[in-house]
Amino acid sequence: MLNGLSRRIVPCLDVRDGRVVKGVRFRDHVDMGDIVELALRYRDEGADELVFYDITASPQGRSVDRDWVERVSRAIDIPFCVAGGIRSVADARGVLNAGADKISINTPALERPELIGEIAEEFGVQCVVVGIDSLRDPDGEWRVRQYTGDPSRTQALARRTLDWVVEAQQRGAGEIVLNCMGSDGVRSGYDLEQLAAVRAICEVPLVASGGAGAIEHFGAVFLQADVDAALAASVFHSGSIRIPALKAALREQGVPVRQLH
Amino acid sequence: MSWVVVVDSGGGNIGSVRYALERLGARSILSADPATIASADRVILPGVGAAAPAMARLRERGLVDPIRRLQQPLLGICLGMQLLYESSEEGEVECLGLLPGRITRLQPGPGVRVPHMGWNFLDKCETPTGAPGLLTGIGERDQAYFVHSYAAPLTSDTLASTSYGRSFTAVAGRGRCYGAQFHPERSAAVGSRLLANFLALEA
Repeated sequence: MLNGLSRRIVPCLDVRDGRVVKGVRFRDHVDMGDIVELALRYRDEGADELVFYDITASPQGRSVDRDWVERVSRAIDIPFCVAGGIRSVADARGVLNAGADKISINTPALERPELIGEIAEEFGVQCVVVGIDSLRDPDGEWRVRQYTGDPSRTQALARRTLDWVVEAQQRGAGEIVLNCMGSDGVRSGYDLEQLAAVRAICEVPLVASGGAGAIEHFGAVFLQADVDAALAASVFHSGSIRIPALKAALREQGVPVRQLH
Repeated sequence: MSWVVVVDSGGGNIGSVRYALERLGARSILSADPATIASADRVILPGVGAAAPAMARLRERGLVDPIRRLQQPLLGICLGMQLLYESSEEGEVECLGLLPGRITRLQPGPGVRVPHMGWNFLDKCETPTGAPGLLTGIGERDQAYFVHSYAAPLTSDTLASTSYGRSFTAVAGRGRCYGAQFHPERSAAVGSRLLANFLALEA
């Protein structure tokens, strides 16, 4: 099969009030620095794409502040995705016109699944990412969680993660980001079992999120769960994993990754 | 200094294309006015979304013939490149017809997910029939950022190809009409080089 596509390394920048922050298990956020500065640093190091999550947007019922989207778009020449509080075609248009390449919807898609199709019809499936926060329940089923930016409002839904992945694709999702909450922020590795289960039913690109702590976790998630991209935050922000070293290690394991000039 | 008109085709990536030009020191204006487009030194046709609504918008705005008649360098990006061909399977729509060929859907397969999303290689063709300059400085194994579900066939206008399930045209050129299936505005140094080459073409 002809295929020259590289697997993507995607630093995720949680944004609050125009600054990059990072918490552990969605709590206790600490300031990590200026958005554009961090975006440029990752671009220079060889990040393939960036995701900006406005973590305060959805719980507060407001749309994402767009000034920083335009600042990022002016500054960087790699693709980026914006998530947080995009509840309508008009919201999506605002963010895309400000220069974002993709928008990611999570809670609003759960509240009103038609939104996925509405945005896909207007702008194409390629810019519609559906983010899914998922956690395994005591009965062994993975289920979708909502309002995860705010621990006091995070709700358990009856919806099974695998069902939602199927529905999201049918409605026009061009990419799925699966955030495995059980492993998020604890750096013990991606949830390979859950990601492999989703991969089996996911025909669009799949992005792994939650749990990266060491270079070998990335190799495992590409080789064992066959994801198209791996997203991580704290290991990159803290400098404990540098992207050039990560890519060199992946290349040695036979994972195709983009090489900088 | 020469200036670039970015056609306001209603798509989403217009801002990022203009910022990329800005980073290269080029002035651009966004316009859907046929006279303004006709008087530009260079024209870029961006596009994100689907072929049929994009063609409908160009028709509504009276831009189909003005774009067909352009004598100055024209660069279609992503969907904008697909619109340069004769027709598209996406919505079964007749396109601008500046390049011969029909746009067809990429077929999913094992390890081949659609949309084709991410960084892939540009394989330069040995004997391009047009556009000597557009790929100057871009190496044999350089990568660019793609996001699309439909693609152009390999034809004598193909300047570079990319493989994903099948081989398709990544960069096309015929006369003064060029296209990039990938997003040069989001393809780091490689994309910047292609845009700089386009800006350096004789207007």
